[in-house]
Amino acid sequence: MLRFILRRLLLTIPVLFGIVFVVFALARVLPGDPCVAALQERATPEACALFNARYGLDQPIPVQFVIYLGDLSHGDLGNSISQGRPVSEILIERLPVTIELTLFALTLATILGITLGVISASRRNSAVDVGTMVGANLGVSTPVFVLGLILIWIFAVVLKNTPIVLPPGGRLTAGVSIVPLAESWGMTGQHGALRSLVDFVSNMYVVHSLITGQWGVLGDAVRHLILPAVALGTIPLSIIARMTRSSLLDVLGQDYIRTARAKGLGERGVILRHGLRNAILPVVTVIGLSLGGLLAGAVLTESIFGLSGIGKMITDGVTGRDYAVVQGLTLVTAVIYVTVNLVVDISYGFLDPRIRLQ
Amino acid sequence: MSTPPRAVTPAEEGLAAKPTSLWTDTRRNILRQRVAQVGLLLLGLLLAIAVAAPLLATSNPDAAVGVDEGLMAPGAPPELRGPCIHLLGCPASRPQHFFGIDRNGRDEYSRVVFGSRVSLLVGLATVGFAIVIGTLLGSIAGYAGGWLDNVIMRLMDVLLAFPSLILAIAMVTVLGPGLVNAALAIGIVAIPVYARVMRASVLSIKERDFVVASRALGESARGILMRRILPNALTPLIVVGTLGIAGAILDVAALSFLGLGAQPPLAEWGSMIGQDRNYLIAFPYLIITPGIALSLSVLGFNLLGDGLRDALDPRLNR
Repeated sequence: MLRFILRRLLLTIPVLFGIVFVVFALARVLPGDPCVAALQERATPEACALFNARYGLDQPIPVQFVIYLGDLSHGDLGNSISQGRPVSEILIERLPVTIELTLFALTLATILGITLGVISASRRNSAVDVGTMVGANLGVSTPVFVLGLILIWIFAVVLKNTPIVLPPGGRLTAGVSIVPLAESWGMTGQHGALRSLVDFVSNMYVVHSLITGQWGVLGDAVRHLILPAVALGTIPLSIIARMTRSSLLDVLGQDYIRTARAKGLGERGVILRHGLRNAILPVVTVIGLSLGGLLAGAVLTESIFGLSGIGKMITDGVTGRDYAVVQGLTLVTAVIYVTVNLVVDISYGFLDPRIRLQ
Repeated sequence: MSTPPRAVTPAEEGLAAKPTSLWTDTRRNILRQRVAQVGLLLLGLLLAIAVAAPLLATSNPDAAVGVDEGLMAPGAPPELRGPCIHLLGCPASRPQHFFGIDRNGRDEYSRVVFGSRVSLLVGLATVGFAIVIGTLLGSIAGYAGGWLDNVIMRLMDVLLAFPSLILAIAMVTVLGPGLVNAALAIGIVAIPVYARVMRASVLSIKERDFVVASRALGESARGILMRRILPNALTPLIVVGTLGIAGAILDVAALSFLGLGAQPPLAEWGSMIGQDRNYLIAFPYLIITPGIALSLSVLGFNLLGDGLRDALDPRLNR
């Protein structure tokens, strides 16, 4: 098992290196002077010379790449030109919002998707099955931003005066506030990794209110997450449901399932214990792969629901031509994506002993 | 599609049956599936609307007709901007706008109709670009093997390691916003998928007897690739490509929604939704109508792609 994990880890290193290279190259290879892009009309030759010297752009490209790698190695993602502070600092503020949203959406998609897939497969061609599959086809075809806006319209406008009204955006209702953890724990003067970690956790309101036991805030934060999570989670939900169904149907056609039935095992046991356990592997793959779509979808979801996560950060970065921000975010999301898929890969080893031995 | 499949007698199904080509089989298999039928129907409709857009539209999609008609005048009640269909009881005194008018006084229905052209064209062009480059890279990698294969495929791995829309956003940041740049970025990001599919096909075909025979007969590497391998590798490319068009339409619309793709005044569904999103509460149909058009187009390609995959999968042939 250890060898298996080590091999997977080693295989990831070149990909990570490649990601860094692509993100670096994108800024240098594609047309457009970074100085002109950043300073716009203020890009006089003198200002550009100063700018290039400051950001190391006057060095040869390979040297620039080494400098970039060096910066990355101690967590320096560059400085945001429009905000005048380190990208990593903005990231600690914004990333938790996105992670919270993405995890919520993914949990929803996984639980509902597997449940619906199992029901569909065990009652093949029933009304539930047909309904789920039609729903799944519609689900994968509806853009996140369309679904999000329609959900807002239904739950915040049409159902305005009913008990199931949901907030159309933001993270907390006006008036509800949450004290940053660093403040309540008396860490305002501190800096460094520990403080960053505390700030990071503090910005995930659900986790934060759970830790500190602020149940009112928790309820409010969760209520604000429902619509965005449904909008974001619908595409992976549909994919997971379809994959669970087809994978389970494949497995249920096999001989050992007939054996299990023949020895008198209940249908529930056959499907869950013998069927699902063997059908889950492709589903886990799909869950890992859907994270890429979720991170990208989060950009759109956040823009619709007014959440200031990395999505807001990247769109601000694009409109402000703040390349360091976009570059840093692209890098971080890709690394998250690769890491999660590495974990998924390794989890195969636990789920299916055959894979370890290959 | 109109004639029902003829009943096949058992005798016909046996040795006496005429051998049919892959395409005949495929066509028959596709038409047998409900899913693919719906997909084809939706796409036929989309294509018809795109081709006949000037005939179907009630006004110029870029003209502020609502302003000329006084619907946007200060003091005019906002309900006037809503949908008005004379046949459904809207008073004849009001100018007819099936889906109402947008924030600039343009006829929303005409814009939705013309938007079909943009989405269809962008979807096809983007995937076409990705397939050409991807196929080229994949066949070189698969056919040449060795270090070239390694270099190309590792590069593809790296591109696949990015969440695609985010990489596209990063590219558009550098290239500058615009429909062509957005489509280009989505196209580049999609290349690895086709390169992988093509490489896998080439690898499975290149050692087959008929390829070895061509090589023995002195056919050039290019000839073998183009005439022997490519036609036999097309099947998976078509399936992946059809599903890819759905994804490309979604992604380009998403970029346009964020203001990075199609620029105003072009009638593109994603950018229409993005431009009018603040009118959601007062005029929800401005979001809903292009939204439905977008979803149905994507659904059409998704269903056709699924149907093609099932139809072309020999394991499912009965």
